[in-house]
Amino acid sequence: MTQLQILQAAPGLSLQDMGRNGLVSQGVSPGGAADRLALLEGAALLSLPAPLAALEMAGAGGVFTATAPLRIALTGAPMTATLEGQPLAWNASHLLPVGAELRIGGVRAGTYGYLSFSAPVLSAHLPTGTAVTPWQGSIATHFAAGIGARLTAGCQLEFGDAVQTDAPPLCLPTDTRFEGGLCRVMPGPQTDLFAAETCARFYDTRFTKGQRANRQGVALESTGQGFSTPAATGLLSDFIAAGDIQMTGDGQPFVLLSECQTIGGYPRLGTVLPEDLPRVAQCQPGATLQFQQVTLDMARDAMRCDSEILSALRQKLTPLTRAPQDIRDLLSYQLVSGVTAGDDLDIP
Amino acid sequence: MPPSLSDPPFQPTCAAPDVLPLGLDSFVVRFATHGGRDHPGAVQAYAQAFKEIAFDGVVEVALALASLRVVFDPARTDVGALSALLRDLAESRDWYQDGSPPPRRRWQIPVAFGPDFAPQLTEVATLTGQTTQETIRTLTNTDLRVLAIGFAPGQPYIGLLPPVWDFPRQSDLTPEVPAGALTAALRQLVLFANPSPTGWRQVGLTAFRPFLADRNTAFLLDAGDALCFRAVSDAEMHSLLADNRDGRGGARCEILS
Repeated sequence: MTQLQILQAAPGLSLQDMGRNGLVSQGVSPGGAADRLALLEGAALLSLPAPLAALEMAGAGGVFTATAPLRIALTGAPMTATLEGQPLAWNASHLLPVGAELRIGGVRAGTYGYLSFSAPVLSAHLPTGTAVTPWQGSIATHFAAGIGARLTAGCQLEFGDAVQTDAPPLCLPTDTRFEGGLCRVMPGPQTDLFAAETCARFYDTRFTKGQRANRQGVALESTGQGFSTPAATGLLSDFIAAGDIQMTGDGQPFVLLSECQTIGGYPRLGTVLPEDLPRVAQCQPGATLQFQQVTLDMARDAMRCDSEILSALRQKLTPLTRAPQDIRDLLSYQLVSGVTAGDDLDIP
Repeated sequence: MPPSLSDPPFQPTCAAPDVLPLGLDSFVVRFATHGGRDHPGAVQAYAQAFKEIAFDGVVEVALALASLRVVFDPARTDVGALSALLRDLAESRDWYQDGSPPPRRRWQIPVAFGPDFAPQLTEVATLTGQTTQETIRTLTNTDLRVLAIGFAPGQPYIGLLPPVWDFPRQSDLTPEVPAGALTAALRQLVLFANPSPTGWRQVGLTAFRPFLADRNTAFLLDAGDALCFRAVSDAEMHSLLADNRDGRGGARCEILS
């Protein structure tokens, strides 16, 4: 059975997939990757029909080796990565040979990097003797709900049979979602609880992503007054969802992410479109975020389901070529044949 | 006695619940944004009527205090038809008229009220203008329902208690109530699934664990379940806590339909 050993691990390492549905009625939000697009990119690069579980790496990765050849993809926030000391391209798929040391360092932009595999993860064994295994249709760790666990040095992933074994190394163009930017917002059930002037001011404001950011949500900071509503007083707890822009008591906005709670008592101004949510999740504290109001119809027109996004990504794949300056032992390759020093043929 | 009987009589209005999109994969059917009447019964009645339709593409129906959420898979749902159906259903009758539909199950959960297990019971007695004994009697004699599940996995919001229990959460948080804590505010009880800071006042302790991931039945309760509490001695609670491998804490569940 193919295994991946985690030799070193940065603090924010966990298994994530596209999340688990159907548990809102039991108080568990879907969870799953903070940047779902990165998992779809991983699936495209590995020629998979749908995303499998990946290692989500918050801020930095770790050091990994495999017990059998394993095809991998590196997506999401670009991180420094080397294989046996040789630089590896990000947003690309690679072959991880047996025993080779894959080293993934800190982010160069964004927050969440992903290490995807061409085989399903069956379990993650922890040094404590416990294991992370699929539960209710997903192996995703949901920290807020206490499902799964943080992965550390000494953990070992076990894989099932590879879904795709012979696809060539591929790459995708680099995306711009790691620097913040403009996010579209559709109306939500509580938009009408806010004064029109408050909404207008929200959409005119340039926000800075705050330091308070995790898989549950991220704080938005701005100068000037907050974005509260008198309707917040006595508001009954109601359903909340990833993408919701929630105003805390003092009117500070938080954008909720995949591990948000399922019901809450703070009023919400609208919902960031799923396609733009990775921008909020990925950008680093201090990045600029702005929001643009769209109608429900515009939001529905813009929506792409996962299979459509995956098809579009496949159109953008190109073969991965290595730059000559990245090949350390370039002179050991036979680059030109049929040339001699000119005197070797003279030897009798 | 159904808790709604102690409310002021309901004045029917023409306003049907609102049907509002929440993101691109769900609708919220909302009966109210702020306080007031016996909304849980109307929410439960609507949810049951909608579930009987079994609309194609719907992933689940979840209940809150004055709203329900219909989650669907956008890739295989006729969103326009679903929206129209939810609206038509909303306007089809007065959802408050019949109160809660009959429960499918009834739980009886042991709870201890000794000072160590109910540190704020006397405070709540003062807030409700009752003696401690009357407070315990209300908690154990009221027929309650699971109104919603949330905040933590499987964690129930339970109600409604009589109107004198309509006191707010305390402004200072209790640093931590234990798992199993029975807490009160806003005519409701929350039975904490995990140790947690909270503004709800602790009026008892149970050994009931509504969610254990590795139990055969990970989640014990569903919104709409009927529920009552049975007073046990502190000694009995200690023994329930000591031998609690199934996390049911001595609770009994009766299937009603």
